[in-house]
Amino acid sequence: MSFILDKVSHRYSQGTAYEITALDNVNLKINDGEFIGIIGHTGSGKSTLVQHLNGLLRATEGAIYYNGQDIYDKDYDLRDLRTQVGMVFQYPEHQLFEETVFADVCFGPKNQGLPEKDYTLRAFEALQSVGLPEKYYYASPFELSGGQKRRAAIAGVLAMKPAVLILDEPTAGLDPKGRDEILDLIAETHVHYGNTVILVSHSMEDVAKYVDRIIVMNQGSVMLDGVPRDVFHHYKELEEIGLAAPQVTYLMHEMREAGMDVSTEPTTVEEAKDAILRMLGRK
Amino acid sequence: MLRDITLGQYYPADSVIHALDPRTKLFGTLLFIISVFSFDGLLGFGVITLFMFGIIYMSKVPLSFMVRGLKAIVILLLIAGALNLFLTPGQPLVSLWKIVITKEGVKNATLMTVRMIYLIMGTSVMTLTTTPNQLTDGLEKSLRPLSKIHVPVHEIAMMMSIALRFIPILIEETDKIMKAQMARGADFESGGLIKKAKNMVPLLVPLFVSAFRRANDLALAMEARCYVGGDGRTKMKPLVYQKRDLGGYAVVVIYFVIVILIKTLL
Repeated sequence: MSFILDKVSHRYSQGTAYEITALDNVNLKINDGEFIGIIGHTGSGKSTLVQHLNGLLRATEGAIYYNGQDIYDKDYDLRDLRTQVGMVFQYPEHQLFEETVFADVCFGPKNQGLPEKDYTLRAFEALQSVGLPEKYYYASPFELSGGQKRRAAIAGVLAMKPAVLILDEPTAGLDPKGRDEILDLIAETHVHYGNTVILVSHSMEDVAKYVDRIIVMNQGSVMLDGVPRDVFHHYKELEEIGLAAPQVTYLMHEMREAGMDVSTEPTTVEEAKDAILRMLGRK
Repeated sequence: MLRDITLGQYYPADSVIHALDPRTKLFGTLLFIISVFSFDGLLGFGVITLFMFGIIYMSKVPLSFMVRGLKAIVILLLIAGALNLFLTPGQPLVSLWKIVITKEGVKNATLMTVRMIYLIMGTSVMTLTTTPNQLTDGLEKSLRPLSKIHVPVHEIAMMMSIALRFIPILIEETDKIMKAQMARGADFESGGLIKKAKNMVPLLVPLFVSAFRRANDLALAMEARCYVGGDGRTKMKPLVYQKRDLGGYAVVVIYFVIVILIKTLL
C-alpha cells in the first residue's frame, strides 16, 4: 500500500488575516497500482491535496505515510520521496528551461543521480512514449507548439520512472484531440509500468473513461470515494457542488425513466452502446 | 512557502485611516517623515510617539504587522547604531583599550535608531492601510501639475501600478515553478554560492519566459482596449476629498506645527 493520509488538514497563511482552510481533516488510503481520479470544483482543495503527496506542501495537521514511513519524520528524505512520486503540474510546459528538449527531459533523472548512460536512455524512452516526433528532440523547447511542449514536459517527469505518477489537470487548455491523446498516453504508461496514477481533473468525462476509483473533493474534504459507477449514482449530489456525471449517465437514467429496460450503470460511451444494443436485443 | 512574504502588503480593515483619501495619507506621511528627522529632546519624542501609536491604534492594524516590517532592517539598524556609537567624537564616557564611547555617540546612536524605527513603522501605516492602486492613484493626482513641464506623470503612475500588480503574480509563478522543479529533483537550498546560483537556472529561465509572455499579453490587451495614455482618460473610482480628509489634514498640520514649535522654542 503506498499512501495513508491520517487526518490531514492544510491552512494557507495560518495565523494571518488571509487564513484559508484548503484541506479539512482528510483521511485516505491509496493502494499500489491504482488508477485514481481526483475530482472537484475549482478551490475544492484537490491541487493542495496532491502537493502533499510528494512533500511539496506540509500539512498543518495530521500525518502522511508512504510505504509505512512517516514522511514528516526528521530522518525522512523528502528528495528521495520526490524521485518516487512524480508530479506533473498544471501547464507543465511552463517548467521547460533547457536549451534542447532532450536536455530538459534529462533534468529529472539526472537529479536522481543516475549515470549519463542511464539517464539519456530514460530520456529517450520517455520521449518515445509520449510520441513526440524525433525531429524535435534537439530543438529548443520554446519553438514547440503548445501540445508538443506539454508532451515534452510530461516526458520530463516520466523519465524519472516514478512509482506514483500524479497529474494535475494535464489536459487544461488542450483541444479535444490533444486531450484524448494525452489521457491515452497516461493510461498506456499505467498499463505498461503498473504504476500508481493519480489524475486530478474537474471533468468527469475525462476521468470516467480511464480510472478505476474516483475521489470527489468538496470544500477541502472528501465527499465521495469509490468506483466510478458508484460515484455517478450520486449524480444529483454532484450537481449540487457544481460537478456533473458523464453525459451517458444522464442518458441512461432518462431512458430508464421513459420506461426502457436499460441498465443505468454505464459511464462511458462504449458501455452505453453495449447496454442499448442489449436492450434492443441485438446482442 | 513564498506566499507568506509581506512586502508593503495591504491589511484590510474598516477604520478611519483606511477610509482616508490616499493623497491625505501621502501628505501626512511626508510631514511625519520630516518631523521624525527634525524633532529634538524628550518632549518632541513624546509627541511623535503619542501621535504615531495613536494613528496605529486608529488604523486597527495589529501592531505585529508594523513590527514585522522592522525585521528586514535589523542588520542595517545594528550597523548604523554601532557606527554612530563608536565613531562620534566628543566627551568620552567609557573607554576600553582603543574603543571610546562618547556622550554624543550614545545620543546619536539612540536618535538614529529611533528615527529609523519610526520611519519604517510610520510609513508602513500608509502601505498597510492603502491598496497599491489607491496609492498610485494618489501619487498621480498629487503630481499632476508636473505634467505641465512634460514629466510623464500618467505613464509613470501606470508603470508603477502595473509593476505593483505583477508582484504577487510573479511571486505565485515563482512558487509554482519552484515546486515543479523540486518535483523533478531540483535543489534550491544546499551547496555553495556558485552551485546555488547555477541551481537557480531552472527557476529563472521559465520565470523570465513567463514574465515576457505576460507583458506581451498585457500590452496586446491594452491596445485591444484602445489604450493611448493619460489624455482624456477618466477613472472608474475618481479620488474625491471627503469631510474626514479635511480633519486628517488639520490633525497632521497641527501635529507638525507642535513638533516644530517644540524644536524652536525649547
